Amino acid sequence: MSSDTKKVLFGPVIDNNPIALQVLGVCSALAVTSSMANALVMTIAVMLVTGFSNLFISLIRNHIPSSVRIIVQMAIIASLVIVVDQVLKAFSYQLSKELSVFIGLIITNCIVMGRAEAFAMKEKPGVSFLDGIGNGLGYGAVLMVVAFFRELFGFGEIFGIEVFKLVQNDGWYQGNGLLVLPFSSFFIIGLIIWAIRQWKPEQVEKD
Amino acid sequence: MSSNKETPIKTIGFVFLVCLVCAALVSIAASGLKPLQQANKLLDRQTKILEASGLLETAGTDIVGTYNKFVVAKMIDLETGTIVTDASDEEINMFDERADSRNADKSSKPKNDIAGINRRANHAVVYLVNNEQGQLNTLVLPIVGLGLWDLMYGFVGLEPDLNTVRSVIYSDLKETPGLGAEVLNPRWKALWPGKKMFNGKGETVIKVVKGGAKKGDVHGVDALSGATLTSNGVQRTLHFWLGDEGYGPFITKFRSVASEGGSK
Repeated sequence: MSSDTKKVLFGPVIDNNPIALQVLGVCSALAVTSSMANALVMTIAVMLVTGFSNLFISLIRNHIPSSVRIIVQMAIIASLVIVVDQVLKAFSYQLSKELSVFIGLIITNCIVMGRAEAFAMKEKPGVSFLDGIGNGLGYGAVLMVVAFFRELFGFGEIFGIEVFKLVQNDGWYQGNGLLVLPFSSFFIIGLIIWAIRQWKPEQVEKD
Repeated sequence: MSSNKETPIKTIGFVFLVCLVCAALVSIAASGLKPLQQANKLLDRQTKILEASGLLETAGTDIVGTYNKFVVAKMIDLETGTIVTDASDEEINMFDERADSRNADKSSKPKNDIAGINRRANHAVVYLVNNEQGQLNTLVLPIVGLGLWDLMYGFVGLEPDLNTVRSVIYSDLKETPGLGAEVLNPRWKALWPGKKMFNGKGETVIKVVKGGAKKGDVHGVDALSGATLTSNGVQRTLHFWLGDEGYGPFITKFRSVASEGGSK
């Protein structure tokens, strides 16, 4: 793998993370991170949508009239999201029931739209596809970290497997009620952003 | 980027083309996957019904086989409590309470809407679950009622006396994980079997008790700690559906038929 490809694919994980640096797509990061299984499925769904929307938009980028480009991008993204939703309903009914509306809301995830407009409209299809997958990865990395803390300290579980035995089940661990609620993700995402910027001070915005 | 691409005709044509391709993609996915999705939905419902009747463990992986062997679904008219005899299997299978309760012709507003459902479908599908000898073992009734955030859908399983609880199983809800969603906790579900819905006078007296039901209280179930509103919702849902505007008429009819049948 050339260093350019690597940069496009893995750059968004730490160096240019869509959630931590660009602070995009935070709303769904709050909603689906109560369990790691949900976060993983959401990650895969977003990765596929950003990857393929970038690919298709890049393929027709020279033909899209600039006056309606946002609408055209939206139409492509929305179609892809519906397809993902339908596939999930057909093959993983239980998870689709849990994620319900949040799969549909990928349409409004700014990461997808942002990459289409900022990258796929200018670059070749292959590299656009990788950029989409990479940004999905970056989004997913944050999601998985948040979900790890929320599920472990909120429910005493990792991927549904009991780690701390909860008081409700005659164990010793009192689940953290705050982490069970969606807005607790704000704190965790904030801490992640702080940690990354401590490590890579160049990400800190100048006043 | 070509300079001549911004003519209105070209723009409209391009958008039209994109829409056409997208529409084709979406409809192919939706119709191609529909059989699988419906099978999933059906399997999910059958699993819940087996769980509500305590047959899930004996069923193991053979959900469909066990379901077909033991379960008979009947459509009933809720107002009169009679079984709709001319309903086809297809109609019973495809019955969708959510769709019917939104349809003004197929639903009505309950007078005393304690479950917070707004409209109630005129019909319901109930499930008679038989034992190996072909006698009624569990009557499974679908229920729906407001929790804290949204409607909660589930099933209640009754023993043949139509009073003793076999199970209260929720299948679809949006309650807070760790609090209201604890209605799905096996330990809470295990509190229900053996409780009695009605007292000697036939009134619905099942209740959830904050702070824990007394030992030996056959009508009381511990409320969920930290989820008072969800617990109240469960109680109101049961009271509504076992009452006159729910399955009340059906239960009365069913009992009288069963006792006539028994005396023969």
